[in-house]
Amino acid sequence: MTRDRAAGCTVLHVDMDAFFASVEVRRHPELAGTPVIVGGVGNRGVVTSATYEARRYGVHSAMPTSRALRLCPTATVLPGDLDLYAEVSRSVMALFRSLTPLVEPLSLDEAFLDVSGSGRRLGDPVAIGEYIRARVFDEQGITCSVGVAGSKFVAKLASTRAKPDGLLVVPPAEVMDFLHPLPVGALWGVGPKTEEVLLRLGLRTVGDLAHVPARTLQRAVGQAAGSHLHELAWGRDPRRVVPDEPDRSTGAEETFGTDVDDPQVIHRELLHLSERTAGRLRSTGHLARTVTVKIRFADFTTITRSRTLKVPTDVGQELYDTARTLFDALGLDRARIRLVGVRAEGLVEAEATARQLELGAREHGRRDAELAADRAARRFGAGAVRPATLLGRRQVPGAGPVARDPSPGTPR
Amino acid sequence: MKFRVAREVLAEAVAWTARSLPPRPSVPVLAGILLEVEGGQLAVSGFDYEVSARSEVDVQSTEAGRALVPGRLLAEITRALPPHPVDVVAEGARLAISCGNAKFSLPTLPVEDYPSLPSMPSTAGVVDSDAFAEAVGQVAVAAGRDDTLPMLTGVRLEIEDDLVTLAATDRYRLAVREFAWRPETPGLSAAVLVPARTLADAAKTLTSGPEVVLSLASGGSGEGILGMSGKDRRTTTRLLDAEFVKYRAIMPSESSSFATLPVGLFTDAAKRVALVAERGTPLRCEFTPGQVTLRAGGTDDEGQAEERCDVEFDGEPLTIGFNPTFLLDGLAAVHTDRARMDFTTALKPAVLSGVDEPSADDEDSGRPAERAGSYRYLIMPVRLPG
Repeated sequence: MTRDRAAGCTVLHVDMDAFFASVEVRRHPELAGTPVIVGGVGNRGVVTSATYEARRYGVHSAMPTSRALRLCPTATVLPGDLDLYAEVSRSVMALFRSLTPLVEPLSLDEAFLDVSGSGRRLGDPVAIGEYIRARVFDEQGITCSVGVAGSKFVAKLASTRAKPDGLLVVPPAEVMDFLHPLPVGALWGVGPKTEEVLLRLGLRTVGDLAHVPARTLQRAVGQAAGSHLHELAWGRDPRRVVPDEPDRSTGAEETFGTDVDDPQVIHRELLHLSERTAGRLRSTGHLARTVTVKIRFADFTTITRSRTLKVPTDVGQELYDTARTLFDALGLDRARIRLVGVRAEGLVEAEATARQLELGAREHGRRDAELAADRAARRFGAGAVRPATLLGRRQVPGAGPVARDPSPGTPR
Repeated sequence: MKFRVAREVLAEAVAWTARSLPPRPSVPVLAGILLEVEGGQLAVSGFDYEVSARSEVDVQSTEAGRALVPGRLLAEITRALPPHPVDVVAEGARLAISCGNAKFSLPTLPVEDYPSLPSMPSTAGVVDSDAFAEAVGQVAVAAGRDDTLPMLTGVRLEIEDDLVTLAATDRYRLAVREFAWRPETPGLSAAVLVPARTLADAAKTLTSGPEVVLSLASGGSGEGILGMSGKDRRTTTRLLDAEFVKYRAIMPSESSSFATLPVGLFTDAAKRVALVAERGTPLRCEFTPGQVTLRAGGTDDEGQAEERCDVEFDGEPLTIGFNPTFLLDGLAAVHTDRARMDFTTALKPAVLSGVDEPSADDEDSGRPAERAGSYRYLIMPVRLPG
């Protein structure tokens, strides 16, 4: 492709192909080329991701798993491992950020990149797009598709069109030819309801939409949505790529099935929530400076208590020690508690943070144990390795094999 | 009770005792200071179940007796009195204090409710008061202040015949100091954990006499007490009932490189550079033969600083990061003009120690007679990013 081909294109939309399912196939190479579904297995489980082999049978995400299995009985259904996906996502986003600081992630598996400043170093946007595809495949073993265009929404449409494992460039001069044959449902902001309204007006394609006066559209779908659709139909999308701020905090909370007044049960739940929060910190590569505990009592009054750590951490045991100290300091006398939460705040990038080391800390300390548990969880499902205190506690629904029944009084 | 005493003498005795009063007493009487007069002697005592303090001064007394008065108020009043003799008289449930033209009348607390102070345990040995104060100060700086980790808020005191070893750590640094003393019975061997703050405070304020007597009662579970008595003052503290870390195992046995630093110049440079080291960010020390370059700050939205300092350095060039406070605490505690810093790797503890000056005037008695070499201050480095 020539440099002219990409003239005026500054926005890339990169979208992993069947992201969760692809990561699972990478982990289970024997499943390559077979239909794989990632989703809940219970009778209310829903497909979150499916390989293209499964999609060929009509399986798509958000479909009940039971229905997907009727369509494609040979599919392998896996429960999913968000921590692993988050980690892959983090590596991919880090790759993007090494190419341009203007990266706007939309979710774990897709992001916009503004590469207008990267041309001199890396070549034209098409070359950058191909480079990204090659590196993602090399480093992560999964494929992605890239749309290259002059605006965000055209770039996104282009990547969708390029799927799977492709790249499509839509230079500004070709936007109308590209857009106008598309069904109206392809436009950003057109959901089933708006689509129905438009179809009733006889507007089937984006081209139809473009040639209707903006006023008419506004009357049909509302003032703002009408002018928005009119602009999009003519390929006008002034939104810029806005790099995201890293999360400022992360956490987990649990509402008990019935109110709890046993401090031991609360402690155990705090440990569980701390482990979960720490796992998230590790999977996104953050350390927390501050730990906050949230307690909601039976009467819904809610209090929070925070403590800032001397040394930022991503270790569950350290979050728990602090959370437990904060809880114990409340001096509650068997107060009835409805919900407890643990939040990690003041997040900093682990890689960029200087870390005060501890004297005499064992070469392989608690952090290494938790990292090993992370790896085990990736292979055998969430909670494969956990603190002994949490044995017998029922697992997160849909996250691998269900543990034995909780004893009476154990929170769900 | 009725006595007359010089204002400074009273103020000093009351102020010293008042230091150990609890800020939030668990029972009201513990906020009091007990005044007891008996045969020309005034005893000023305070107690909070953990720490007791008692100082004795000579007074002209015409009537023996005792009274319990609000401690903080008494301390403030005695400190503010004009420079005249002070007359103190117990009048029923009140205490009258007059000094020059100033007169005070204080309510007293029920003295019969006041707990009796723990008796002084049996004497363990005697130590030079200045040497004790220096050693305790050098070690206590490394103790933790987080009360949720009690074993780190203590100073380990080990007695092995005529040698005392003090050690403290907050997990990030470890200070160890040995000094000689005279045990009451030869071959005495003991190890206790003393609350660092109390120990440091006591050692610092027991220097008016030449010696401090240490007494120990390491009775059963949690009942252990350390007593320290100097001239006219004695204090007891409950011992911490916790295991101390096996610190000898942490001490590196060898080093791969070392620097000899001019303590004053290096401290000044580190203080300047540390001004831009925001909370939790390290001081970066790049050691090369002949010099060290200190850096702090770094990212675009922070200040940056850099300073070179001439040092002797023997070994492969090394870049190591420190929490600036930890480094400065250690430099301030070595008490020598030059200090030695031993390194293994950038991720292993660095050991700071004093350097004996082979100077001509050996009779310089300004410094305690101890070997500078017995003080060790380990600092765990900060893992630098990138």
